[in-house]
Amino acid sequence: MGRLFWSVAIVILLVPALVATEFKPWILLEPENLKVSSRFLADFFPPATKPEFLLLVAKEAWRTIAIATAGIFLALLLAIPMTLISTRVLSISSLSRRMHLLPFAVRQVVRCILIIIRSIPELIWALVFVRVVGLGPAAGVLAIGLTYAGMLGKVYTEILESGEQHVANNLMRNGSSRLQAFFYGVLPQNLTELTSYTVYRWECAIRASAVLGFVGAGGLGQQLDNSMRMFNGGEVATILIVFMLLVGLADLLSAWLRKVMQ
Amino acid sequence: MAQKGHAMMNSQANPWFRWNCSVCWVTLGLLLLTILSFWTLDLQLERLFSVDSAKRMGRFLGELLSPDLRVIFLHKLWIASLETLAMSAVGTILAAFFGLLLAIPASKSHPNDPAHWRFLCRLVLNGLRSIPELVWAALILISAGLGPFAGTLALALHTTGVLGRLFSESIENAPQAAAHSLRLQGASESQVFLYATLPTIIPQLMSYSLYRWENNIRAAAILGVVGGGGLGQMLAFHMGLFQMQETSSILIAMILLVVIVDTLSYVARRLMSR
Repeated sequence: MGRLFWSVAIVILLVPALVATEFKPWILLEPENLKVSSRFLADFFPPATKPEFLLLVAKEAWRTIAIATAGIFLALLLAIPMTLISTRVLSISSLSRRMHLLPFAVRQVVRCILIIIRSIPELIWALVFVRVVGLGPAAGVLAIGLTYAGMLGKVYTEILESGEQHVANNLMRNGSSRLQAFFYGVLPQNLTELTSYTVYRWECAIRASAVLGFVGAGGLGQQLDNSMRMFNGGEVATILIVFMLLVGLADLLSAWLRKVMQ
Repeated sequence: MAQKGHAMMNSQANPWFRWNCSVCWVTLGLLLLTILSFWTLDLQLERLFSVDSAKRMGRFLGELLSPDLRVIFLHKLWIASLETLAMSAVGTILAAFFGLLLAIPASKSHPNDPAHWRFLCRLVLNGLRSIPELVWAALILISAGLGPFAGTLALALHTTGVLGRLFSESIENAPQAAAHSLRLQGASESQVFLYATLPTIIPQLMSYSLYRWENNIRAAAILGVVGGGGLGQMLAFHMGLFQMQETSSILIAMILLVVIVDTLSYVARRLMSR
């Protein structure tokens, strides 16, 4: 009975979903589409290896890394103060009783800001910033900076709040300032977790910045978009290979860094 | 003893940097990378922080705060949100199915399993995984045309790679007792999988798929920017025409969609873990 109910329920839910997504796999097999795609795919071999093109791709690959790194740096600049403001661990008023209304409200406002800036995907931010600051890497850096500030801020707060809070509480009870309590009571025990999460996010930022080029924010994505518009399969193949290598490299590097930091 | 004294002296001489400290080197390297990044990017920061750009930013934010709330437009927005939701759901279901199909040959389920196809299937899964949804969408547009179908396929392809990898790991790490006893009784490999391995890992597969679904809703919202349907396509269209009121409503709809899904999955996880 249960099985029958769930099967019927799934079918009833799935049919409108398939209609809404215009799910018609057979159009992939229409002779005209098949001809276009097979010509494009056949172009993939051999990948473009002209020296000047390779140089261009290498330059764009570095730009991708640079956008991600600069973006993470900007994100840190935004996320660290917001974490310090929004974490409950550093609240002096909640040491002995419930938190005062004003600090509570301030914390909730900062949390709301963090939620809003991270719930808009970086690509949308990039699209917005391309309008404001023009085409180029600046839009990508700002987009990654904002989205990742939201993610880092949220997770930093969670890490700090899940840690042992006695040391910080003791320090603040005995009259140390919030920043002193942070540096001597909270940071030391959470430092490895914080850095390893940051490095992981840096790896994610590299994937993201490779894609941001599609809306004109510089990097590999922009080159890929250009080559795709010209239906140049060879160039697309080269860029995709470089792209996979870059992501794989960032993966390895981040795993290694996190091991070293332990 | 002498060595210890030497190390102590060294650390006293310079507490901030030691030659044999890997963390110091890594930190130095990361700093260098950051400086190099800013240096080579030519961000034109002076233009970014100029009065002119601040004005443009202010005007832009002001326009964003006046969303278009006409009923006709809200209806269109509702349809596009549902389309985004449907894309993510269909993409995830397809990915779970094909991910499992690829995960079975990609895993070495018991020590004597020859697993001839393991290497090839893992290669395919890694390839699918390392190309982001957005790039898949741009590639598929060429053969599937504009619209939500291309976006759905793109989501399905990338997610197949991710889920296939996770599934094959759960198959390999599954408890062996039931499978072993069935195998001793002479059951065929497919019987062993269907009656022993699959039932033990199905909760894990479900939770992986749900987690990816949550991710895919965000992804589905942006795929439209390259022409893959849903909210993103609407956003790219109205932003291209500089219709800021419509853009503002679409952005708000995106935030709402993401927040609702996050809250739902948070509640679901709380309920499941209780």
